[in-house]
Amino acid sequence: MNKILLIIKREYLSRVRKRSFIIMSVLGPLLFGSILVIPIWLATRDNEEKMVVVKDDSGFFVHKLKANNIEFIYTNESIENLLLSDSTILHIPTVDIDKTAEIFLYGKNNHGIEFENNIENSIEKEIRSIKLSKLGLSEGRLDSLNVHVNLHTRNSRTGEEEADSGVASVVGYIGAFAIYMFIFIYGAQVMRGVAEEKTNRIVEVIISSVKPFQLMMGKILGIALVVLTQLTIWVVFTTAIYTTISAYYADEMKLLAETQQEQSLINNPGGTKIEQAKMLSQISDKVEGFPVLKTIFSFIFFFLAGYLMYAALFAMVGSAVDSMEDSQQFMLPITIPLIASIIVLSAVLQDPHGSLAFWMSVIPLTSPVVMMMRVPFDVPNTELLLSMFFLVAGFIFTTWFAGRIYRVGILMHGSKVNYKTLWKWFFMTD
Amino acid sequence: MDILTAKGVSKQFGNHQALNKINLNIPRGSIFGLLGPNGAGKTTFIRIVNQIISNDEGEIHINGERLAPRHIGAIGYLPEERGLYKKMKVGEQLLYLARLKGVPKSQAIKKINDWLTKFDLRAWRNKNIEDLSKGMQQKIQFIATVIHNPGLIILDEPFSGFDPINANLIKDEILKIRDQGSTIIFSTHRMESVEELCDHIALINRAEKILDGPKSLIKDQFRTNTFEVEHKGDISLLSQQDYSISNHVTLENGMEKTSVQIKNGNSPNQLLSDLIALTEVHGFTEKVPSINDIFIMKVKEGSHHE
Repeated sequence: MNKILLIIKREYLSRVRKRSFIIMSVLGPLLFGSILVIPIWLATRDNEEKMVVVKDDSGFFVHKLKANNIEFIYTNESIENLLLSDSTILHIPTVDIDKTAEIFLYGKNNHGIEFENNIENSIEKEIRSIKLSKLGLSEGRLDSLNVHVNLHTRNSRTGEEEADSGVASVVGYIGAFAIYMFIFIYGAQVMRGVAEEKTNRIVEVIISSVKPFQLMMGKILGIALVVLTQLTIWVVFTTAIYTTISAYYADEMKLLAETQQEQSLINNPGGTKIEQAKMLSQISDKVEGFPVLKTIFSFIFFFLAGYLMYAALFAMVGSAVDSMEDSQQFMLPITIPLIASIIVLSAVLQDPHGSLAFWMSVIPLTSPVVMMMRVPFDVPNTELLLSMFFLVAGFIFTTWFAGRIYRVGILMHGSKVNYKTLWKWFFMTD
Repeated sequence: MDILTAKGVSKQFGNHQALNKINLNIPRGSIFGLLGPNGAGKTTFIRIVNQIISNDEGEIHINGERLAPRHIGAIGYLPEERGLYKKMKVGEQLLYLARLKGVPKSQAIKKINDWLTKFDLRAWRNKNIEDLSKGMQQKIQFIATVIHNPGLIILDEPFSGFDPINANLIKDEILKIRDQGSTIIFSTHRMESVEELCDHIALINRAEKILDGPKSLIKDQFRTNTFEVEHKGDISLLSQQDYSISNHVTLENGMEKTSVQIKNGNSPNQLLSDLIALTEVHGFTEKVPSINDIFIMKVKEGSHHE
């Protein structure tokens, strides 16, 4: 046991001290931080108004167009003259409001989809209101027709409000994808480490002191600690960066929230302000009733157990090959279940408690990723425990299985290795 | 007493019999040559002693105790296929390997200091292995093998890959370690490389031991009473009854060289006086078979019996 600790320590320190680890530890949070911060920055920066010169032949729209970040200037100059200038020109010919309106936008360069949409929307909105008044309806009366239904989902047993599917989907997807990525990246590290020891030929020196199984487990556990360290650094740093920056940009954040609100009002003409406000407040309601602790616990568990299970298989591949190029043929069966579990995620999202989701989240090879997708949708505890049980059993099995091949593989050089050889190694006595 | 005894040790890999009922006694304090061609089963035997693999049949005892994991610290092993972590510092690497063998940290550090000083490598302590020359790496590898003061040191093909200067340095160290009471097993297929060092040998061929014992005894056993004579003048008149003459060559300087085997139990002095009567003798040495000759002789013998 003491010796396995020595191996874990070496595997851990040799990786944590690497420059690439330190760089990733700093870059990771900056990357995550910037993903959170850049939208704020972009939104605050992009407040300058664009000017559009409107030449309205129809006369319906004079002084009536409104759009976010666009200032409309109305003119009566002839279109030919206007085109000689550099400005952006919106030309509205005489239109029949009952038909599709053909309107032209002139400019020096492409304006971007958002800008064009904004103009389109403002015109559509105006035509609509003209039509409404023709029908004898006011905007206010029409608003009263708009109803909004709130569907409250409650757990029939506990009576608690269930999490909103949107939040659950995002959390589940991020968690599942993170587990997938980590298993791949760090599993490959295990494989590289084993193959390195084998090609370096140091392995025989080591296993004259420790059992091959101890060496394999020491490496797998050492790298697991590296991942946990990296993850902890990321979480701490990202939180720190995010809080610092959001404190610094507190005003802008508020502004951002307001502009978003404004935008949704403009783009969503139906609904009174009161209802809009209600909808906004509901978003924060939805986070309540979300199984936060369960999700965090499940992430850590499924990530660790999933990694341990796959790492043993990766170690097996590393031990079997003479060079990394030969590893491809053995990688395929290992990567298929991982990739399959990413592919079925969208189906799981459609029906998080259906039979596909259930089985994929119980079978150990796919359960780490698929179960992580399901957990935010509040999986029954019995199913969660069942999945955990099978995953632990799977981990014990793959480790035992891989260990048997590993102990023979690391000492084999130069021979051509295929599945039949692996099979033979598996049954070889010590 | 023997430091290691093997009784009826067998090992099979699939259909391949790697070792077949090997019996060996390795005396304490000896330099023991485990000799045989590639694929004879030497490495398999060594791996069994190192508990890297286990034997199917038979028993191995170390100091009279049945081989067990606690003996790992008593054995130093330099495998034929050797290597080190390239990106690990010299000092850390030696410390790691020593601690895996069960040496306490403080003691290991002291020993590492001593050895690095001895091999003039102190300045390289904090360099990565990959920054060292090949010769230096070999020295580090050797230090790693003996750092835990093992009573039994097993060197598999020790001089392959060592340059002559390092090989001699290592040879000297091996002799010193032997004088301090350790036992050394050399395993090699290049028999001439260790012949002079070994005092005991065992020959292994095709999974079986074909010969073992003290080197001098074996050599005596295989003496053929053949003498190599350098002479000027014809010796073909030597009695055909008493001697058989072979390998007659004329040397560049006009001398002749002939092998003469005594057939009737005459003493070498008798042969010499018989020769002197016939010719001018310039050289007279006994042709002692090398281990390599003995090995070839035994292997041929074996194949005749089949």
